[in-house]
Amino acid sequence: MKSAVIVFPGSNCDRDAAVAIERVTGARAAMVWHQDQDLPAGTDFVLLPGGFSFGDYLRSGAMSARSPIMTAVRRHAERGGLVLGVCNGFQILTEARLLPGALMRNAGLRFVCREVSLEIANANTSFTRAYRAQRETAIPVAHADGRFFADDETLDRLEGEGRVVLRYLDNPNGSARDIAAVINDGGNVMGMMPHPERVSDPSLDRLSGWGVFQSLLEAA
Amino acid sequence: MKAIVHVGLKPGVLDVQGKAVANALTGLGFGGVQEARVGKVIELELAHLTDREEARAQVTDMCEKLLANTVIESYRVEIAE
Repeated sequence: MKSAVIVFPGSNCDRDAAVAIERVTGARAAMVWHQDQDLPAGTDFVLLPGGFSFGDYLRSGAMSARSPIMTAVRRHAERGGLVLGVCNGFQILTEARLLPGALMRNAGLRFVCREVSLEIANANTSFTRAYRAQRETAIPVAHADGRFFADDETLDRLEGEGRVVLRYLDNPNGSARDIAAVINDGGNVMGMMPHPERVSDPSLDRLSGWGVFQSLLEAA
Repeated sequence: MKAIVHVGLKPGVLDVQGKAVANALTGLGFGGVQEARVGKVIELELAHLTDREEARAQVTDMCEKLLANTVIESYRVEIAE
């Protein structure tokens, strides 16, 4: 599987994501600067990492969603290529309208940095198939703008189509309907607030994020 | 020419910052603050534009493409001198 991690000014989970990808898939990810026009030829999977791109100025992910590389990411997504946005990456995908809704300031107004318990709401996606034998997992979050918002009609559609992929069991940010991850209607673009790359190292006591990358490896 | 863009959350979209501001005002003894909504004001200096309608059209385009996220926000464009 050929992977690319997009690096924006202010990304800070790009290296962790690249390490996790290489550990799980056995292949090194290309680091692609946001000003680049193209993804490396033959890219199967694009990861938009966490961080505070452009200092979260204007709105989280607003500037990055308009970076030159996003034209190529959009083309890749339209061809059915796999795209995962983690945290700031999720915010960028909603700002780019590659995913519905928006991520707003946490209901409690505080930055939340802790492990959260998650329900695997849909284990039949390219990002979650490795979790099919379990109903729950726990992955850390670290964000101030993680409250998923969409109008009721959109939320009903997302739920009806099985596009809510992960749900908080103990909602840390006030997200509508406890949503922690959503997928596009093509099933190839997913955004999630929890950080799977932070729990994908065998030297840690847990590997709960490994399954995301394992699923992608099986899907690509 | 100068343009002033007002961006705010749409009615019905929960504004947690506004809520905190309203609570703080109440805590300071200002009674009767039912609601506060926090928005943004963006001032733009536009060079080479003299036609107000052209300026308005261009700034509206800026709002749609970057300045506002119309999933959650609405905006109002004011063209000053």
